[in-house]
Amino acid sequence: MKNTVNQIVEKYGSDPTRLMDILIDIQESAGYISKEAIGLLSQLLHMSQVDIEQTITFYHFFSSKPQGKYAVYLNNSPVAYMFGREAIKETLEKETGIKFGEVTADGLIGLYDTACIGMNDQEPAAIINNKIFTRLTPYRIREIVKHMREGKDMDELRNESYGDGKNNLPSLRSMVSSNIRRKGMILSDDYNSGTVTREILPKISPEAVIAEIKHSHMRGRGGAGFPTGLKWEFCRRAKGDKHYVICNADEGEPGTFKDRVILTEKPELVFEGMALAGYAIGGDEGILYLRYEYRYMKNYLYGVLQQMRDNGLLGKSISGIEGFDFDIRIQFGAGAYVCGEESALLESLEGKRGEPRDKPPFPVEKGYLGQPSIINNVETFATAVRIIQNGGEWFTQFGTDDSTGTKILSISGDCMFPGVYEVNWGFNVEDMLDMVGAYEVQAVQVGGPSGTLIGPAEFHRTLGYSDLSTGGSMIIFGKQRNLLKDVVVNFMEFFIDESCGSCSTCRNMTQVMNNKLKKILSGKGVEADLIDLKTWSKTLNASRCGLGQTAANPIVSSLKNFPHLYNELIQKDKEFDEGFDMEKSVQAACTFVGRVPNFNHH
Amino acid sequence: MSKPVIATTSLAGCFGCHMSLLDIDERILKLIELVEFNKSPVDDIKTFTKAVDIGLIEGGCCNSENVEVLKSFRKNCKILVSVGECAIMGGLPALRNGIPIEECLHEAYVGGPTVQLNKDGIMPNDDELPMLLDRVYPCHEIVKIDYYLPGCPPSADLIWEAVVALVTGDPMKLPYEVVKFD
Repeated sequence: MKNTVNQIVEKYGSDPTRLMDILIDIQESAGYISKEAIGLLSQLLHMSQVDIEQTITFYHFFSSKPQGKYAVYLNNSPVAYMFGREAIKETLEKETGIKFGEVTADGLIGLYDTACIGMNDQEPAAIINNKIFTRLTPYRIREIVKHMREGKDMDELRNESYGDGKNNLPSLRSMVSSNIRRKGMILSDDYNSGTVTREILPKISPEAVIAEIKHSHMRGRGGAGFPTGLKWEFCRRAKGDKHYVICNADEGEPGTFKDRVILTEKPELVFEGMALAGYAIGGDEGILYLRYEYRYMKNYLYGVLQQMRDNGLLGKSISGIEGFDFDIRIQFGAGAYVCGEESALLESLEGKRGEPRDKPPFPVEKGYLGQPSIINNVETFATAVRIIQNGGEWFTQFGTDDSTGTKILSISGDCMFPGVYEVNWGFNVEDMLDMVGAYEVQAVQVGGPSGTLIGPAEFHRTLGYSDLSTGGSMIIFGKQRNLLKDVVVNFMEFFIDESCGSCSTCRNMTQVMNNKLKKILSGKGVEADLIDLKTWSKTLNASRCGLGQTAANPIVSSLKNFPHLYNELIQKDKEFDEGFDMEKSVQAACTFVGRVPNFNHH
Repeated sequence: MSKPVIATTSLAGCFGCHMSLLDIDERILKLIELVEFNKSPVDDIKTFTKAVDIGLIEGGCCNSENVEVLKSFRKNCKILVSVGECAIMGGLPALRNGIPIEECLHEAYVGGPTVQLNKDGIMPNDDELPMLLDRVYPCHEIVKIDYYLPGCPPSADLIWEAVVALVTGDPMKLPYEVVKFD
């Protein structure tokens, strides 16, 4: 063990800021991170043990005990439940003889819940030893458990056919499907890797690249919608020893999976976009921050990067441009939704807990390792290449005045054709539902749990930064679904799990509000509870980051757009109902100390 | 006209909020002119003897007795005020809320490092004792609470201002200093 840890630390130059990589390698080689390993790391990296432990405990995929030779992480997003997760869970527990959160006595199989793994269009899905298993059925589970018992390797376990598109490549061999249903400028087949880098960049200055991006009016595709050209310009102007280009591929918003598809089908386009941004801002290094759920793409993406280096699209003096030295490395996360927030992502990149930073300073001034950095979404980099290829003016013909270009949507839930659709901004929800074959629709979750839940009365609204802004997640719920019980509670519990814990508003109010929601669902709610929910939700605005500020949105937006669901549940004849049950609440303590509850004494 | 009547109690609290009430210093003489006390540790009246206008509650509910006292306050008082963090949110006692009650009891009476004399692992189970609740509840989860005075403890000035405002009907003066906590 000592040798392994030594080797791993050496591989990353004994650099404490590479702690994430070091921990991931230890976790993968040993199946967990032992006390002993932490002690060794502390010596080798000259860090205190608690500093290492606080990073370990922050991320879902790090563990302090053995996770089992086969660690099964079953997704628990609402769509997984809609497509039969309960049966999968029961079969897993029955076949293995253990409950979720446990490991079999022989250390062979461990079962775990995990938040959305970016496979919403092919649920129920699970990650087993970093490989993705989609469209699970009880039959498949019995087969998989049997194969695990026989000690088969991961390839044998995945004896199914592989997914469509590049998922079928020998370097990827994944059973994930890309499910591309509609192509636009980004997913289009007429992209040739390196055209912009070779033919256009030698002819135009970095300033001209930024000017063209600004002219296109492109706004960030991650959801917040900050003008991309402006961000690049700020970063270019900021003084620093180094400038960094960071691609945010954390894609943790439940229901989003388009970055997975872009990185599977068009990785060269994304990497070329990062190099283009590097050229524009005077960048020295690019980092793709990729969520650990997509670890199965590791070798494939490494291969693509190597190919691009071999083709002279990354490296020194790219396209013969003196001083244009740029390469890209991949940094994996380890399971934390909040790392999709750009400053939390930076903390994670530096090997720390993914807690958002105070702003200002903004990352364009002080980002990765305190240096000027741009952080953009996968889709933003891909789009930038198209803009430079065809011109900012050309780009503005797509979309609307305030939302130019196209948007790739991840559409899942109750519809005939879930998958990825690239549409022009300005598309309305009604057309979208018709496009994907969704009938009898009760609600659409636009932009994931932190976005908005809308009903038919708002289906005329259009997708765009000024109306329904979205990072791309669209989850459709049919009439048969119980929105509050199956969707809103699930999303609230997601936020409770994923709060980094830094701000009391997001750490506590999510719990308090979810308890209130559960009280209402139990039939004990009164009008005053609804008023409390509305009033209390405002305190979330005091959170430090965007995720904390939106962490009550499942309740806020369902209360706003589906008030009847709440009103049906509350007691009309009572002004106050504590929902408190004394007999029930003293039961556990009385049983433990050995006495019979007695309510007549006092 | 008779004076407004006040009752106070400390449930699962540390009496710090009551101490803060006493911190109104010489204003206590004015208070006695303004109001009359009924059930309260301040005058040691144990049970309600008349209808009360304002009940000041310190502490949340950690056992069955707290619940009964709180309910009797609700029954006998026109206005109930949660005073301080424990009454409002459970406070320090609620730190146990994340831990199963069985584990808490075991730690306190059997397994804890300072437990030495309880060789037989006896648990407090006399029928006369209040029964522990599964978790510590803030007061508003048991009965309707009309007003909340935040702080740990709320400052004497805040308690004074609130009581005077309730009694006189004058608007409450809340300068920033009175409600800032850092």
